[in-house]
Amino acid sequence: MTDGDMNRPANTGPSVLPAQRTSENSFAGLGGVSSPDTAADEFSPRTALPSVEVPTRTAPAPAPDVTDAPGEPLPRKRRVGGEGYFKAVTTVGGSAVLAIIAAIALFLIVEAIPSLRANKENFFSYLKWNPNPLDDAHFGIASLAFGTVLSAAIALLVAVPIALGIALYLSHYANKRVATILGFAVDLLAAVPSVVFGLWGREYFAGPVTDFSVWLNKYLGWIPLFSSETGFGHSVLLGSLVLAIMILPIVTSLSREVFMQTPREHEEAAMALGATKWEVIRTAVLPYGRPGIVASVMLGLGRALGETIALAMTLGSSFLISWSVVEPGGNTIAANIANSFGEANQQGRSALIASGLVLFAITLIVNMSARAIVRRRKKFLAAAAT
Amino acid sequence: MAKRIEADNVTAYYGNFRAIDSVSMVIERKSVTALIGPSGCGKSTFLRSINRMHEVIPGARVEGSINVDGHNVYDKDVDVTAVRRMIGMVFQRPNPFPTMSIFDNVVAGLKLQGVRRKGELQVAAEKALRGANLWEEVKDRLDKPGAGLSGGQQQRLCIARAIAVEPQVVLMDEPCSALDPISTLAIEDLIGELKDSYTIVIVTHNMQQAARVSDKTAFFSLEKTGEPGRLVEYDDTQKIFTNPSEKRTEDYITGRFG
Amino acid sequence: MTTLTITDTGAQLKARRLPKWAPWAIGAAAIAVGLGGVTYAADGGPVIGAIVAALLYFIALVVISTAVEGARSAKNRAASALIGSAFVLALLPLLSVAATTISRGLTRLDGDFFYRSMNGITAFDAGGGAYHAILGTLEQVGIAVLITVPLGLSGAIYIVEYGRGRLAKWIQFFVDVMTGIPSIVAGLFVLSFWVMIISPLFNDGRPAYSGFAASLALSVLMLPTIVRSAEEMLRLVPNSLREGAYALGIPKWRAILKIVIPTALPGIVTGVMLAVARAAGETAPVMLVAGGAFAINGNPFSGQQTSLSLFIYDQAGTASQYAPARAWTAALTLVALVLLFTVVAKLIARRSKLTR
Repeated sequence: MTDGDMNRPANTGPSVLPAQRTSENSFAGLGGVSSPDTAADEFSPRTALPSVEVPTRTAPAPAPDVTDAPGEPLPRKRRVGGEGYFKAVTTVGGSAVLAIIAAIALFLIVEAIPSLRANKENFFSYLKWNPNPLDDAHFGIASLAFGTVLSAAIALLVAVPIALGIALYLSHYANKRVATILGFAVDLLAAVPSVVFGLWGREYFAGPVTDFSVWLNKYLGWIPLFSSETGFGHSVLLGSLVLAIMILPIVTSLSREVFMQTPREHEEAAMALGATKWEVIRTAVLPYGRPGIVASVMLGLGRALGETIALAMTLGSSFLISWSVVEPGGNTIAANIANSFGEANQQGRSALIASGLVLFAITLIVNMSARAIVRRRKKFLAAAAT
Repeated sequence: MAKRIEADNVTAYYGNFRAIDSVSMVIERKSVTALIGPSGCGKSTFLRSINRMHEVIPGARVEGSINVDGHNVYDKDVDVTAVRRMIGMVFQRPNPFPTMSIFDNVVAGLKLQGVRRKGELQVAAEKALRGANLWEEVKDRLDKPGAGLSGGQQQRLCIARAIAVEPQVVLMDEPCSALDPISTLAIEDLIGELKDSYTIVIVTHNMQQAARVSDKTAFFSLEKTGEPGRLVEYDDTQKIFTNPSEKRTEDYITGRFG
Repeated sequence: MTTLTITDTGAQLKARRLPKWAPWAIGAAAIAVGLGGVTYAADGGPVIGAIVAALLYFIALVVISTAVEGARSAKNRAASALIGSAFVLALLPLLSVAATTISRGLTRLDGDFFYRSMNGITAFDAGGGAYHAILGTLEQVGIAVLITVPLGLSGAIYIVEYGRGRLAKWIQFFVDVMTGIPSIVAGLFVLSFWVMIISPLFNDGRPAYSGFAASLALSVLMLPTIVRSAEEMLRLVPNSLREGAYALGIPKWRAILKIVIPTALPGIVTGVMLAVARAAGETAPVMLVAGGAFAINGNPFSGQQTSLSLFIYDQAGTASQYAPARAWTAALTLVALVLLFTVVAKLIARRSKLTR
């Protein structure tokens, strides 16, 4: 399968080959390799037959011709050569991705096992994280997993509506120049490193969020989410809001792309029925983009679940299961790895790797479902187009 | 009750490019008017100017006036969405909403107008589908996706969707150009029936079709590429196709150019 | 055509609309009530005042529009207002981050910062710099580029030009999945694979933290991004170009190297630069496998290193009155570096002739 997998017109029998070859030769004289543009323009689909294939197809049966002397036999296809090596190299490059993912799973498992063996508690239900004592390790990810899900959920709740709003604004409201500039601003937001968001959240944003928390607690304190017994400060709310700002550009850029792909005909169909702008969006844009929206939200979720440094800097790192989002506290699997790594011994590191394995599994599932949705959407669109 | 349309000095632009230049014509109510002409002559642009769909393309604008029963649709205080509800449109390629069922497609316009009662919607859907000669073919599968129909059925579905909101005028932009001959025939028959209730304006590339379905025909042309399109001749279809008064019309119709 | 129909048509066409100034007036009133009333009267502070003002604006707009223009138009206005405010809401943090980083970062933007390390600087010393961190970032990212570009490019070529059947599908799918792997997991992977298992073989049996290990972790993060963007760019190369080359008798692999890749090059470079920008900002993986350092260490293969982002994290957590200023200046430097890469990448992309 070295050359045989190129596209070729179906109707090229051996009989047309001589003519084909001469025409190709004359073309070769006209357009050189150095000017692919002109060469490409001059070839009609029929003459675009890959000439390297010619030998394989004609070699078995050179047409017997009485009048002409039999010409030289056509060169045979070389089995080994640049083509084979090159293809092998690229195959290795492609497979590297699969190998790396398999290796991640394998090595995390191998390194996690020693600490899980030494653990005296149930890894999935124990709240505290105390893995370092060699003969007395007690650790579990229950509170960390809870904190991870809680902060990711709040971040999504805040970020998704805003992100969809921005995406619609960029795709359907702003004029082209404004959309370009503002779209660029969103890209810049995506480019800011998470450690900078962490620093900003901890040194600056914590102030207004604390004020807001106090106010929420004063008027809505009867809701468990906003109750506080220990004051205010580096809370789940702060971490989640920073997280929301960080996933905003991801959700925005993907859903914006989906919205912009809405076929013009569908929008015009809605307009021709006398729909207002919002009605056009509701009847044509949003239903068309729904799988894309779901996928972009899942990607944002994957990012939120895995975010480390910004949360390590803004959360209060507690090991409790608490619904209050305004009191100091909160923790996530990833933030705990960053916070506990410095003081961890060999066994402690193994325990952190075990928690990382759980995180890996969760994000893998989230990402795989997101991709599966995108893929289904492609199929769905292909079916609708026929 | 169908409406009469008077176009007065309609000039349409795409950015700085003038697509059509001072087109004036009167389209009578309950008639079928065909717009014909070579590619790029501005017939589709003119059609889209009638229900203000031209301006949805960024940078596009229209000068002059289009009066529907004496009211200029380009007046400042006119609601664009109301114009488009009054003047329905069928597009070149069938464009049913891909995420909606057949039923939902037909009543999409009514739902937008706030009609919510199931019974009312059902009555309207059946009426529109019958009007579009599609009822018998789809009555058993109204909840199936509209995109699953054949091209010709999809186009009739789009016509049903357009007439379900009971417009006064129906604009058709080359409605048959993406269809096979049998589906084309079905649509042409339908146009003949629809003109009893609606004013119809149809853009077509197919001169036989213009001759078959229309009462009056307008021939648009352009001097050369880059020039704006102009209305060359507008008369009874019979006259245009048998005894046109303009040489250029005759050349086009007899196939000598375009 | 009777007069009756004429009035009918006119009434149908002409909708009652709010005057152009109405939304602005409502907005001004809402701000006055929200900021004035809530901020000062109900001890809410400007944040809550702004929220209340936005809510008031929204409710008033919907009520007034419903009364004058009808429900459909009101809904349309409400949607526009919400969508517009979403934008403002997103721009606020961007502006705040930019303003804070610049104003606080400028305080230590001096020669010392770029020419000195933290070697021997205690909590009571004001000076100190990030030279060692900047060096670390450049070396780590540079090595990661050397690893990922050949690997990623050949992977993309496989997917686009050779990949048929199941293997190619799986690779494509897992490239997508791999883009979503959290950076901390990449760090843990290199920790368990390189630092704890392979590196002791060269280090007398003790795990060795190094800049190279950080490069490996960053490579895991950059690889899928580079494969994805290169794949996308290769697909944009028109088939006629390939066929033109084949028709000249050029073997496929040479056509790819000589024609397809040069055509797609600007886009590929863009993808690499965006991946670099992202990798330069990563903290967690570097922290886990490079170990951190205070002194200059120019050798990524031996001894611990730090990076600019890790420097920020360390300084932010250091109990010293001088540390925050260093953290902010490092943040300013890092953001400038990352934005430079991002902007240049986008400019290159704009010059590319291949468009989607």
